[in-house]
Amino acid sequence: MNNKCYVARSTAIAARVLGEETMVMSAVNSTLFTLDEIATIIWESADGTTPLEEIVVKKICAQYDVTPEVAVKDAELLVEGLTEHGLLLVSDQPIGITNSPAAETP
Amino acid sequence: MPAVEAVCQLTDVVVEIGGLPIRLRSTDPDFLGLIQRRYAGYVNPTGDASFDFDVELAPPGTESGDEEVQVKWEAGRWLMERGDFRAEWNPATSHGRIQQTINPYSLDSVLRIVHTLLLARTGGFLVHASSAIRNGRAFLFSGVSGAGKTTMARLAPPDAALLTDEISYVTRQDGRYFAVGTPFFGELARVGENLRAPIEAVYLLAKGPENIVEPIDGADAVRGLLGNILFFARDPEFVEMVFDAAFDFVRRVPVRRLTFAPDARVWELIV
Repeated sequence: MNNKCYVARSTAIAARVLGEETMVMSAVNSTLFTLDEIATIIWESADGTTPLEEIVVKKICAQYDVTPEVAVKDAELLVEGLTEHGLLLVSDQPIGITNSPAAETP
Repeated sequence: MPAVEAVCQLTDVVVEIGGLPIRLRSTDPDFLGLIQRRYAGYVNPTGDASFDFDVELAPPGTESGDEEVQVKWEAGRWLMERGDFRAEWNPATSHGRIQQTINPYSLDSVLRIVHTLLLARTGGFLVHASSAIRNGRAFLFSGVSGAGKTTMARLAPPDAALLTDEISYVTRQDGRYFAVGTPFFGELARVGENLRAPIEAVYLLAKGPENIVEPIDGADAVRGLLGNILFFARDPEFVEMVFDAAFDFVRRVPVRRLTFAPDARVWELIV
């Protein structure tokens, strides 16, 4: 996957943050996904305009003890999986379609 | 003076579930009689209805074997289709049409779909669960096929009013959730009592050697509930409404895991 890839949340989903997890449901097949703490960071940052590498370096490597190489590789795998299920859109160009961030459950 | 013979022929039946009266029109009196018997206890004798469906009967043997339900929003109407029926419903006109052969099962499926669509707008849903009212409070027992929904219904004490052994009807009103009786039944083959009560708790069923109740919170509760809520429409707005309803529900209603042996003593834990 290109490091300069841009990621955006699909509009065909429903998502809610619960604690440190995010639950995402696909509107295509009603499949439910649970994103852990780090996947949630990527999910919330997937605004279509910030490159994935920048998200990883600024928001994950800055908080967790992980090298950018390893973190980017893990993030690419995550993005690939979420894209396959239609939860994320990926492009080598900035993506115009973005959702508002998932609402947090009080 | 010639004798005047008044012929009163049935032209429709109004089936009211969860306070939503749906008029079913047909030119076939046998089919209308079938509906009256199938939905006994849920037929509104006044004939007032919020929604109307014309049922067109196809000749027997015209069904296909396709068992997958397709529900989609297209050109201002919901389209519902399975091998044994085809239906459409326009919420703006409150009118719909059902094409099916003469059997009660196709209509049952259409009604379930229509009710999921109507309930979603008000924060309610249908869920795979048996339910019963005891001491004025409703208890739901949710799980997939074989989890024990009908078993819990069968084991219910005599003072429990059974709402359904298969599909529970959950409505939201003034921030509270209520369980409503339905004619949708499973193995018990018994129409639920047409009653309503606030939901005290939902039990996610698991079979085991002894009876144990454990609380479930947060994401696990949402996952457990969502796994049993009926989803038909693949429409993003609809999915979001049901998704939000599940989150709101688990914030307001206790969700517990009930591991149980098939023994009437399990009901001693249902409080």
